[in-house]
Amino acid sequence: MARRMPPVNVVLVGFGWTASIIAQELTDAGAQVLALERGAWRDTVPDFATDHIQDELRYAVRKQIFEAPERETLTFRNNAGQTALPMRHLGSFLPAAGVGGAGVHWNGQCWRFLPQDFVVRSHTEQRYGKSFIPQDMNLQDWGVTYEELEPHYDSFEYLCGISGLAGNVKGQLIEGGNPFEGPRQRGYPLPPLERSASTVLFDKAARAVGFKPFPCPAANASRPYRNPLGVQMGQCTYCGYCEWFGCGNYSKASPQTTILPVLLKKDNFRFRTHCNVTRVNTDSTGRRATGVTYVDVDGNQIEQPADMVVLCAFAQHNVHLLLLSKIGQPYDPAANSGVVGRNYAYQITSAVDVFQKERLNPFMGAGALGQAIDEFNGDNFDHGPHGFIGGGYVALWNTGGRPILQHYLPEHAPKWGAGWKQAMHEHYLTACSIATHGSVMSYRSSYLDLDPTWRDAYGNPLLRLTFDFQPNEHRMSDFLTGQAAKIGRAIPGASVHVRKRQGPYSIVPYQTTHNTGGAAMGSDPRTSFVNRYLQSWGVPNLWVMGSAVFPQNPGYNPTGTIGALTYWSAQAMKRYLKNPGALVPT
Amino acid sequence: MSTPYGSRAMPLAKAAAFLCCAAVAVALCAGCTHDRDVAAAAAVKLGERMSPGPYGDIARGRYLVRAGDCEACHTAPGGVPFAGDRAVPTPFGTIYSTNITPDPETGIGRWTGADFYRAMHEGIDRLGRHLYPAFPYPWYTRLSRDDVLSIKAYLDTLAPVRQPTRSNDLPWPLDRRGVMAVWNGLYFKDGTYRYDPKRSAQWNRGAYLVKGVGHCGACHSDKNLAGATDPSDPLTGGFGENAYAPSLAGGTRDGLGGWSAQDIAQYLGTGHNSLSAAAGPMAEVVERSTQYMSEADRQAVAVYLKSLPAPKEASLAGIDRSTLDRGAALYVDHCAGCHLAEGQGEQGAFPPLRRNSAVQASSADTLIGVILQGARIPATRGDATGLVMQGFADRLDDAQIADLTTYIRNAWGNRAEAVDADHVEDLRRTLRKSPGG
Repeated sequence: MARRMPPVNVVLVGFGWTASIIAQELTDAGAQVLALERGAWRDTVPDFATDHIQDELRYAVRKQIFEAPERETLTFRNNAGQTALPMRHLGSFLPAAGVGGAGVHWNGQCWRFLPQDFVVRSHTEQRYGKSFIPQDMNLQDWGVTYEELEPHYDSFEYLCGISGLAGNVKGQLIEGGNPFEGPRQRGYPLPPLERSASTVLFDKAARAVGFKPFPCPAANASRPYRNPLGVQMGQCTYCGYCEWFGCGNYSKASPQTTILPVLLKKDNFRFRTHCNVTRVNTDSTGRRATGVTYVDVDGNQIEQPADMVVLCAFAQHNVHLLLLSKIGQPYDPAANSGVVGRNYAYQITSAVDVFQKERLNPFMGAGALGQAIDEFNGDNFDHGPHGFIGGGYVALWNTGGRPILQHYLPEHAPKWGAGWKQAMHEHYLTACSIATHGSVMSYRSSYLDLDPTWRDAYGNPLLRLTFDFQPNEHRMSDFLTGQAAKIGRAIPGASVHVRKRQGPYSIVPYQTTHNTGGAAMGSDPRTSFVNRYLQSWGVPNLWVMGSAVFPQNPGYNPTGTIGALTYWSAQAMKRYLKNPGALVPT
Repeated sequence: MSTPYGSRAMPLAKAAAFLCCAAVAVALCAGCTHDRDVAAAAAVKLGERMSPGPYGDIARGRYLVRAGDCEACHTAPGGVPFAGDRAVPTPFGTIYSTNITPDPETGIGRWTGADFYRAMHEGIDRLGRHLYPAFPYPWYTRLSRDDVLSIKAYLDTLAPVRQPTRSNDLPWPLDRRGVMAVWNGLYFKDGTYRYDPKRSAQWNRGAYLVKGVGHCGACHSDKNLAGATDPSDPLTGGFGENAYAPSLAGGTRDGLGGWSAQDIAQYLGTGHNSLSAAAGPMAEVVERSTQYMSEADRQAVAVYLKSLPAPKEASLAGIDRSTLDRGAALYVDHCAGCHLAEGQGEQGAFPPLRRNSAVQASSADTLIGVILQGARIPATRGDATGLVMQGFADRLDDAQIADLTTYIRNAWGNRAEAVDADHVEDLRRTLRKSPGG
């Protein structure tokens, strides 16, 4: 029998970015908030201290700060005709475990989505007609607009101390920034990071081709920063160990470096680590969440009652929890009905490796040190002749030059031995790579459900992921890769190796940790699990944060939008706390 | 090696012998009356009540208890605040702090105001026994009676906690409290603060806080072999809790000569300013004590400290070029990421090392301690972050730390004595043994 803890106003499942923001906002509003984290407590010093964090073998290869698949994983198949098997090693994506979540190990690439991204269905129908949308594509509007989210993007960017150059302030285009971005109320809090040699190469080549490159917005502080909560950050040292590492210099925005120093001092906030939430409990009507049940590290089952439950875990874990808790209608792909597990999407990436003569010193990098073009993102170009929906950015990221995994060799270079060493010697300092980062739409054939066979350490069915790249995505990605190749070839003296994304999706090689959907937001309860405020339609005291609410996955890294949606939702929660009930009538 | 505090404590036998001789000397002047100039207290214009009545006393007492950071010594790690039982290491042995909650058996529940005043003013407890000056009565004696009684009024509001005081771990003859009568005869002069009419009220308030409840000199003034501070309390630097508390006197290199009064006030409020950041024991002092002082009091302290004269500069020996080269290379690898190439630090984040007076202090022990153990900028009401530097004890050996310390103390216009590896080795061993080290 589960032990019962004293009730709290709000229980948060997970203690990463979204939980930290919600906790900060709701404790300010006077609520008693408790966060339950499955992983460990960790902080800049000692956990990410610079005397040991730059250890590629330990963190990038052996994946020390990510979730452990032996405790929690999912099964995978490309389509419903296959039998899914468990993912026994992390590969394609890397969810975190531990306080700060993936906010600890991200690169800091912090974008806003385009205004059209939030109304992609109505926009596409209006511009290209209904028949332009493939039959099996569950293309959906978000139920919230860019204009509504703008102040909340601003809050997140100022929380994090984003370094960048605005392209559009209140409709005024600014030379050197991204001319395609939605209007913002003010510029970024910090100037862009210093350029590296490779981003300068990219910039020149992209201009030569006729594009408008701009510095990528970075949650790596270009200067010392004090955010609106009074929390201080130090400036980035360009050590090149952002992605998959914690930052030892207080330079990369994370919950630890932006919120926790203030939040943890509040009397009305508590957190517990090593608590794996396995159920959201509901009352007999099924319309009210009564709290959660979790398993502690000793295997004890513990019930935590709460007036309000907010799911703040990684995208698919939130969906897994809903399915295990039998909340909401599970998605049925045959009937295209039900909402939990619906709209799973990912992103599609490719690269163009560039081999040239100028010395680039790639090891001097930062997770979001990059130069990009946005001509081919969203609907920034006419899709009519191309026959696909979606797009992405093309960027040269100089995230680092780590010795084991971050180097580029020509296609036919030897893979081992003296020949490999010779090729490495020749190219390490001069090679670079241009990346494409493309959208993935939602389809009837891409979804999450419970696996009929495999169970986790707690005896619960594993989540099952059914996903493949569709022809629309391959066409889009090939097109984007072609644009990247144009830029690569415009670099003086360059030979390029074009690495298109080919064939079915594989869960083995790392691609991106931008998994989305499964509990989509929207304005129709038949196609979304949460309303535009991220409040569950069916259980109004249950809320879902994070990218699980994305109806499809646009062509940018998601964290900026997750931050904005969280602030947006937090304001709605404050209204809810004063007057509980559904914020959108059904 | 010039002072008994810190790693190179005077051997106990020597200390004991010294005190025995002192005992003889004092016996000769037995019967000397101490200057109990109670009348002078009336002249002190500094203890005006914040508001009349008991609540005013309690509020003022609470303020003074924080300003004096009583809780720091009177609370065991993880223990109930003010219940005592914290081991206070001294060069002579370990002294355990007492329970100052109002428990009648084990605390100060049976103490009258007069008892409490005598303890604060003369260093003698309710039963007439001498207290050891680890309890800083040589400073508290300067407090006005009103202030002392306010402190008692606040302590009386605490929940009584039963926590017997442990026997001190002191060698003979120091375990005899009577020895302290001798010590007092030699080194202690009671008497409340005397207002200096030639100075401003602000200066007097600052002096009263620094020399009284703040007991700054307990760390920041040098001590003699018997652990006693020069009666003039020069604040030219001294050892405390295995760290060197740098000079607070004038002097642009290793004192506060280069600091403005505003810099000092800001430092007391937040633990850092554009010139330096608190590390080691001072970080705790800011976190628990000075950040809660009123802005007016911080300014007053600043005005007083700015009036202290610069001591005479000692001449410094030249430093070997190869040491500096080795130190510079280590600096680039381990320090420059945050403190930047020219030691300029990052304004608003990491402290500068260039022209940092604590870095150039006459003893390098605080800097070495920071390199070995790391440091944390205080988390205060104004600055919640509490930026932390990791220690390098596992990363750098004694010779490397010596070279690095010497380099930092002599780069970018800094100038201070070199450090050798043996000294680092000594300090490493002491810090490893010390509580929390």
